[in-house]
Amino acid sequence: MSSVGSGYDLGCNIYSPDGRVFQIDYAGKAVENSGAMIGLKCKDGVVVGVEKLVMNRLLMEGSGRRVHPVGRHAGIAFTGYVADGRAVVSAAKSEVENYDDYYGVDMPPHVLTERLGHYFHAYTTYGGYRPFGLATVVAAYDNEKGEAFLHQIDPAGTHYRYHGCATGKARQAAKTEIEKLDLSSLTVEE
Amino acid sequence: SENSSSSSSSRVGTVGAETARATMVDTESLGGGAPRLKAGEVDLGTSIMAVAFNGGVVLGADSRTSTGTYIANRVSDKLTGVHDRVYCCRSGSAADTQAISDIVRTQLSNHATELGRLPAVKTAASLFQRYCYEYKDRLMAGIICAGYDEIEGGSVYSIPLGGACIKQPFAIGGSGSTYIYGLCDSMWRPDMTREETRNFVKTALSHAMARDGSSGGVIRTVVIDKNGVDRDFTPGDKVPFSF
Repeated sequence: MSSVGSGYDLGCNIYSPDGRVFQIDYAGKAVENSGAMIGLKCKDGVVVGVEKLVMNRLLMEGSGRRVHPVGRHAGIAFTGYVADGRAVVSAAKSEVENYDDYYGVDMPPHVLTERLGHYFHAYTTYGGYRPFGLATVVAAYDNEKGEAFLHQIDPAGTHYRYHGCATGKARQAAKTEIEKLDLSSLTVEE
Repeated sequence: SENSSSSSSSRVGTVGAETARATMVDTESLGGGAPRLKAGEVDLGTSIMAVAFNGGVVLGADSRTSTGTYIANRVSDKLTGVHDRVYCCRSGSAADTQAISDIVRTQLSNHATELGRLPAVKTAASLFQRYCYEYKDRLMAGIICAGYDEIEGGSVYSIPLGGACIKQPFAIGGSGSTYIYGLCDSMWRPDMTREETRNFVKTALSHAMARDGSSGGVIRTVVIDKNGVDRDFTPGDKVPFSF
């Protein structure tokens, strides 16, 4: 559905009369049209996968990483504008390192997710910036709970914790398949 | 210009257009001297210790605060809470340790709010270390940070004068601790019960208080475990050992 912005979509600092911020919606479109990304929280860990759409046969294998470690216990994956993803990974690595340095413990998944959510959200509040065109999955191990958790953050900065999540192209088909699985009995290998 | 009195000084003079100027050299301010209490500053002379047991920790301290030879407070409380299940023992300058523990208490509270659960003792120790190390040449603070968390159970971290942070099964500190190193090494055993640990702390502290002029008064202990914090008080005439 391509909605008519008619002037209400000129910046992040503008609401439309029906209460939407169009720029954030458009950022969501960038995500919807990009490669699929799937996360699954299994019995013994979290698995994350990203569909890497290779445009060029001359591309060297391994280049253009989509899943990144941000600490020894955490990783993030993204889909949408890949260049935006690099900036977010960089920010996440700093956050995790600073947290460890300051508080002496691994940054727990929900704290990392909230901080990234704040970061995403910040870019939706200024007229001069554009939102990140990204959906980001955070997979991290929580020391105290003794298990890994799966979170997803959308371009607006909203984040939830998931058993399984899918974004990008063909997400509906992916979600249908995921709902059929009994994730609590599957191992990461399986 | 005349030199005013200082610990050591040297004169440097140049002939010619520049007028001779005197240079005062103060070895203490060059960083050669250790931080010292200022004149009239309150000193937590002290004997402090903390011992971990299976499921918690016991912290203990004497209660003497002195300014020079005058005992400013003979019933002071050197065991200071920084969070629900994390305490610290303070020794050195009363002002410095109060300032640091106040800051750490605020930071831990904010941290725990974001975290949504009780913080790790390691985190508290990490915060203490940050200040004790960064400002080492301006502070005189010997801190023992101890408490209970779900991940490690009871843990004890010693943060002495330079700002090192060392996790230990038990830690002693303060001027009185020098007299009880041998006693503690011989008395301590791994896997003591809660009561055995508390008695160990009381006995060791009473020996330190008996020998150290800067320690004395009453023995305060705090036992921290999963369920809460239990304060105990032993009056001066009921301590396990005295001359």
